[in-house]
Amino acid sequence: MTWFKKPKQKLVSQKRELAADVWVKCDGCGEILYERRLGENAHVCPECGHHFRIPAGEYIALLLDDGFLEEFDTNLRSADPLGFVDSKPYTERVDAAIEKMGPADAIRTGRGRLDDRDVYLGAMDFGFIGGSMGSVVGEKIRRLADRATEEGSPLILISASGGARMQEGIFSLMQMAKTAAALERLAEDGNPYISILTHPTTGGVTASYAMLGDVILSEPEALIGFAGPRVIKETIRQDLPDGFQRAEFLLAHGMVDRIVPRVEMKPVLSTLLHHMC
Amino acid sequence: MEENANLERPEAAAGLSRYERVKLARHQERPFTIDYVSDLFSEFIELHGDRNFRDDPAIVGGWANFRGRSVMVIGQQKGRDMKENVHRNFGSPHPEGYRKAERLMRMAEKFGKPVVTFVDTQGAYPGIGAEERGQAEAIARNLFVMAGLRTPIISCVIGEGGSGGALGIAVADRVLMLENAIYSVISPEGCAAILWRSRDEAERAAEALKLTATDLLDLGVIDELVSEPAGGAHVDPGGAAEHLGEALARHLDELRAIDVEELVLSRREKYYGMGRWEEVPTE
Repeated sequence: MTWFKKPKQKLVSQKRELAADVWVKCDGCGEILYERRLGENAHVCPECGHHFRIPAGEYIALLLDDGFLEEFDTNLRSADPLGFVDSKPYTERVDAAIEKMGPADAIRTGRGRLDDRDVYLGAMDFGFIGGSMGSVVGEKIRRLADRATEEGSPLILISASGGARMQEGIFSLMQMAKTAAALERLAEDGNPYISILTHPTTGGVTASYAMLGDVILSEPEALIGFAGPRVIKETIRQDLPDGFQRAEFLLAHGMVDRIVPRVEMKPVLSTLLHHMC
Repeated sequence: MEENANLERPEAAAGLSRYERVKLARHQERPFTIDYVSDLFSEFIELHGDRNFRDDPAIVGGWANFRGRSVMVIGQQKGRDMKENVHRNFGSPHPEGYRKAERLMRMAEKFGKPVVTFVDTQGAYPGIGAEERGQAEAIARNLFVMAGLRTPIISCVIGEGGSGGALGIAVADRVLMLENAIYSVISPEGCAAILWRSRDEAERAAEALKLTATDLLDLGVIDELVSEPAGGAHVDPGGAAEHLGEALARHLDELRAIDVEELVLSRREKYYGMGRWEEVPTE
């Protein structure tokens, strides 16, 4: 065992240094995967089914006809209402995130078609300050839900978030109430809302729109919770059970409707909307 | 809202750091929900349980008479000593507490009575059972229900307004806040642990988070700052209750005069207006 395992690991690290974009190691099974092949499989490991995190744009491409989203509200930018500075100013964090991920903040929203049906869709980007919800995320969801209400169309939100954005303080907390209010309006008019949970969805996002879907779907093994596992562990001073706060755990406890692998998400959504619309 | 003369008192705005306010908000002798209920209400009939799992003693609620009229009161309840704190889980509710609150709010709506909530929690409890039974869903559901509840809602932040656990009973037509209460997206200690990697930086985090009643009034998140007697509510609980009762009566009268359809619409508009962002010109 040892004699061939060692050189194998060495070879891998060399490869990664040479061409980081070509090979990736699966977090699920440790298998070394060819990035292009992984991309063709919606970034799901063909060996173990591990779902790699993908940016909003890739989810949009996966779900919408022709991969096309007519994007809304791309001109909204985070303000710095508290003048928040920790190890660096909040404005610098936002600028760096825009540099890395583009100007959409932690969610892209818009209208597209899913199997020839109009849908209003929002997809979060965990890469933008941990997918945290500040005023821009809240306002974009509010406007998206209101447009869906006005057009009588279904709403789909794909969550990936560490929760509320601390740097916007109380305003971030209020986005929970704001998005819930918009969803209440949507529901009042009988429009469907499907919530898709991806790894991870925690904190204020879970405790607002993510858990308010008429139907709640989750990707396999996604971490979903109110409090983070570390906070819980520190509070109760016990080890957490295996699989705690994973999608399968939530399914067993009745908190999500179905676990749907990414590659099956579009046909499942299509059938659901057929029933619900 | 025109009664903000309180703010003019110099000692209200000056003298105390934000973290000192945090300590006052957590003071063991500070009046809790049941203290205000017994000072301000009569005929309190506590109602228990979420009809699903159990009764959560961290949230109390029931019918009460406020100056001649029936209201539904709901609030988080901390314990005065260790024994009571164990029973009350230090005022940190489980999902069934939020679901009890939802049940009582629905009942108030059914009978056309206003809801008055008292917010005083360090946060919703982070535990295994809480997660198993859907802490996030329970809070989310309350935000949704309160956003559309067809009866007036007034929330009073009397001590700690700890994040989603506070908001879960605080989506309201009017949010009142006692002078030395705090209300924040995260505790200063939690924020410090994440952003400064040390809980010892809580004072700096408290300053950055802007979590005092004065801050939140400036930011337009609360509707009224209710002054406390000199030295704080714990020095003169009766005096604090008197100030709060006066504000409650005034807001209840105003809300009762508003048609319920209009009330729900303006509540939605109020939360729609929450947040600060910039709109850059599109290319």
